[in-house]
Amino acid sequence: MATTITMPQLGETVTEGTVERWLKKAGDPVEKYEAFLEVSTDKVNSEVPSPITGTIRELLVQEGTTVPTGTPIAVIDEVGAASKSAPAAKPVETAETKADRDTAPPKSRDAMAESANLEPVPGFNLPQLEVKSAAASSGTPTMVPPRSNGQREEAALRGVSPAVRRLAREHHIDVRNVRGSGANGRVTADDVLAAAKLTPSAATAPPEAPRAPSKPGPGNTSTYADPIPGTTIHLSSMRRIIAERMVESRKTAPHAWSMVEVDVTNVWEWRKRQDDRFERDTGVKLTLLPFFIRAVVESLAAFPLMNSKFLTEGPSIHVEKDVNIGIAIGLPANLVVPVIKHADKLSIKGIALAAGDLIERARKNKLSTDDLKEGTFTVNNTGANGSFASAPIINAGQAGIVTMETVVKRPMVQDDDSIAIRFMMNSCLSLDHRVVDGYVASGFLADLKKRLESMGPRGAL
Amino acid sequence: MAVATSSSQVLNNVEAVRATLYEALKNDDKVVILGEDVGSRGNVFLITKDFVKEFGTERIIDTPIAEASIVGIAVGMAMEGLRPIAEIQFADFIYPSFNQIVGEAAKTRYRSNGEYTCPMVIRTPYGGGVRGALSHSVSVEALFYHVPGLKIVVPSFPADVKGLLNAAIDDPDPVLFLEHKKTYRLIKGEVPDGHYVIPIGKADVKKEGSQLSVVSYGLYVHWALEAANQLENEGMSVEVIDLRSVRPMDRTAILQSVRKTRKLLIIHEDNKFGGIGAEISAMVAEEALFDLDAPIRRLAAPDVPAMGYAMPLEEAYMSSPAKMADAMREMVKF
Repeated sequence: MATTITMPQLGETVTEGTVERWLKKAGDPVEKYEAFLEVSTDKVNSEVPSPITGTIRELLVQEGTTVPTGTPIAVIDEVGAASKSAPAAKPVETAETKADRDTAPPKSRDAMAESANLEPVPGFNLPQLEVKSAAASSGTPTMVPPRSNGQREEAALRGVSPAVRRLAREHHIDVRNVRGSGANGRVTADDVLAAAKLTPSAATAPPEAPRAPSKPGPGNTSTYADPIPGTTIHLSSMRRIIAERMVESRKTAPHAWSMVEVDVTNVWEWRKRQDDRFERDTGVKLTLLPFFIRAVVESLAAFPLMNSKFLTEGPSIHVEKDVNIGIAIGLPANLVVPVIKHADKLSIKGIALAAGDLIERARKNKLSTDDLKEGTFTVNNTGANGSFASAPIINAGQAGIVTMETVVKRPMVQDDDSIAIRFMMNSCLSLDHRVVDGYVASGFLADLKKRLESMGPRGAL
Repeated sequence: MAVATSSSQVLNNVEAVRATLYEALKNDDKVVILGEDVGSRGNVFLITKDFVKEFGTERIIDTPIAEASIVGIAVGMAMEGLRPIAEIQFADFIYPSFNQIVGEAAKTRYRSNGEYTCPMVIRTPYGGGVRGALSHSVSVEALFYHVPGLKIVVPSFPADVKGLLNAAIDDPDPVLFLEHKKTYRLIKGEVPDGHYVIPIGKADVKKEGSQLSVVSYGLYVHWALEAANQLENEGMSVEVIDLRSVRPMDRTAILQSVRKTRKLLIIHEDNKFGGIGAEISAMVAEEALFDLDAPIRRLAAPDVPAMGYAMPLEEAYMSSPAKMADAMREMVKF
């Protein structure tokens, strides 16, 4: 059976998407949940997983083309579809499916199946076993017809060990398709590894496989990733959005700028003391960022005006209820600002883990639109690249953005007139002068400095 | 004592203990030995035979049958600068000294904020399989391994006995040194000459393998090796780890092995409930659950109050190379 794949809706407000890159071509086999194309929207770039296992019959949309969500973009021939789809043609009507039918506009059955299949969000990688059990529990037995090899499957599923589960997920292997060599046909960890070797798919290739050089255009063009002097770069939708947002912010929000220098010696020592253990326990490297964000969050609580936005309607100032901290992450081809939601509810460790997760997914291009929403204030770690001071542009819709500049050792005159070698860091603030004046802004910066300087050098994270 | 003529000699475990104690007495006059029958009788296994003639009754001290006193006096000696080696004649008799070991020795450093330490060794023969019945067969490690401040060493090879006994004597804190009496004369091996130390808390992979990790200590290490070698002939590859110390426990070695083989069998002679295997299981479940390809299994003594004297009862209580091989086979094939 051929299944038509449509442009997914990557976020509730997104209406169109651009086919950035096909990861498969016609004739290629594709596994269920295997990424087969990259879609970019004005919010995010993400990989789209295949809803079924099969062979790509046809790609309907050229790379670089933008189409409305729901537009057919590819056709996949499903493997072994005949036996599976036949009973599904007469689904027993449960309360759920009835409700669906009642509220949803009439669709062909295939289209319904597709939209259900396309629901997985980008980065979706639940173990497939869980998907199966969820399906089994939500539908009536008649909706999941027994397969010919049902008994073997049952045996396989009964004895799925934690190691098999993990390895299957890592290698994108469906345990049900693996022949078990263990007791009573149990699939062992070695069986999964052997299966993974037999089917080297895109799934096992490194995620950041070098892009195929984009087709040389007729004119003198090159790409952002590989700029060539004397050529023109056509902007990706991501870069276009970055450009528009920057202009909008700079044009509408009158930027003012201020800087404090902070003695981070104690925080630095605290971080160093915890560094190794933290990384060993959590797998996340402990940087200065979570300490800084924690201090920012506390200062925002003391100065709620810094955590607000200017609304031209009214005009008025809306003071935000939540404290959601965006962290600016520079990537080779663009800039993303994923958001740590409710950062004020997190410990330093909680912030470190949340930031670590966002940074890793940003680098792997696996952020979802939800990750980028609802920021109320932004932190920019400009010091990571050695910057000593910077004047950042405010993320439109926020009152300020604060930077962490590079940490350097400097001789500092202490209160008792002695000179000590201290770890010093500048922190720069750009503020929307419509929302706050220098009085509040410098109060905020002084508060931030005070909090950072009184952190550490020991204690729980 | 035989005069060493080469860089190592073949000793059994009794000889290894004896040689190490002798060298310690020779090298450091702060070392004293006290216990029941350690003097003129030279210990029931003849470990300290003739020591009293050479070192005198000031350093080889025969005590009354009063274990609380033996350990209690040793605690005082250790706190004031001596290096006492207290002997409990059989581990089965250690209970009267429980307070002195757990309540005093293990807590001295903490209680005095580091001003006093308790550098003492408590040596005691333990274990069954020798028709020792009710009061000459027990394993006591699980009664003590719950206690922070106490180190517990259980070597099973002569070379490990010497290196770990040296480490125990050198240690600034109390060490419970358990010697399996069935291995005393049964197990022989090369022992290097001279003073050397094996760090307490380091396990040793006695046999490498790829399909199953077996963790054990004491007599059972030897039986586990026998079983593993048998499985090797059947084409199965089993790794055998000798813990050597049960506290501190070498988590790294256990986890490394389990992450490689993905299966774990723990074998010990002590009771299963609340035994060393319980701690290892919990630790591996906490640290390496997603590496496990089979449920962790413990092969240990049943929950009965003691080892019976009758041969069938002793055999039912004890494991054996054959029982171990069966369990290993099942796990490899799982």
